[in-house]
Amino acid sequence: MKPEDYSRHQQELAGWAITIETYKLGDVYHCTIANVDPGARFARADGTTREEAERLALAKAERYLSQTRRFTT
Amino acid sequence: MSPTLPNVLVTTDWVAQHATDTGVRVVEVDVDTTAYDQGHVPGAARWNWSTELCDTVVRDIVPLAALETLLGKTGIDNKTTIVLYGDNNNWFAAWAFWQLKIYGHQDVRIMDGGRKKWLAEGRDLATDKPAFPEKTYKVKAPDLSLRAFLPEVQNAMQSKSTALIDVRSPQEFTGEILAPPGLPETCQRGGHIPGAKSIPWGKACNDDGTFKSYEDLKKLYGAQGITADKPVIAYCRIGERSSHTWFVLKYLLGFDNVKNYDGSWTEWGNLVGVQVEKP
Repeated sequence: MKPEDYSRHQQELAGWAITIETYKLGDVYHCTIANVDPGARFARADGTTREEAERLALAKAERYLSQTRRFTT
Repeated sequence: MSPTLPNVLVTTDWVAQHATDTGVRVVEVDVDTTAYDQGHVPGAARWNWSTELCDTVVRDIVPLAALETLLGKTGIDNKTTIVLYGDNNNWFAAWAFWQLKIYGHQDVRIMDGGRKKWLAEGRDLATDKPAFPEKTYKVKAPDLSLRAFLPEVQNAMQSKSTALIDVRSPQEFTGEILAPPGLPETCQRGGHIPGAKSIPWGKACNDDGTFKSYEDLKKLYGAQGITADKPVIAYCRIGERSSHTWFVLKYLLGFDNVKNYDGSWTEWGNLVGVQVEKP
């Protein structure tokens, strides 16, 4: 099978730059969220549409990002 | 890439043509251990870094007997060409590579660009889990010259005779954050080992996930005084990003004396009484 409807773009979420990668394989859309720096995947979700997969993944990502503390250096 | 060390990298094209050849085993190793289930290189096996590439009781690399079992059930013998790839520009593929070299496997390679490039190129993905005929694997005695333990890192900090490279993000290096955004904090203190140079792992990669050229890599590390004539220890948070940099220094630049400190910041940043430098 070939992945379809592939996209990869960056945006800001909860004050952090993230990369959103989405593609369709068979009947399922897979969405993965990574932080831009250092580039680690930390949330993902599947859905029957791109919108559903991305909405679910972004909701998880926002929850995880809200727990990341910034310290004064 | 260095003309003298070309045989540790393969292209996505090569993998597309040879993934199921006799004597070749492609293995996906991801940070996100579910990524394989979202489609993988046809014919590829999956290793889970958090259960199969470590000791699950003591904090340590995979024990010798467990590695023999893992390789055997993946249909790998001592002569197999193992091709590793994964997400996050091959972080844990490099982690697996490092351990396989510790245990003496001869022919290990990394798919340049990893999962990111394979996906971006729209190549075939499979969702089945292939079964492999079991083989017998005999591991050699571990080569611990590739691995740095805490006392050696402490000596390096004191003596300055060994270069220390912190390959985490600049925000982790300064202590602004304790873990990559979105991931659990796993240390008590932020900052870095005194004297360490900050050279984030990703600087060694192009936008498509492939490694930069030999000349660009030499320039990158050379600009920070990291050269082949001085021993180097790389570290990150848990040792996988630093195994990526270890791979670059040892196999793409040809450094003789480079070690991965897999204890990394989750060890150093939790120790009582050790020096931490900020920012």
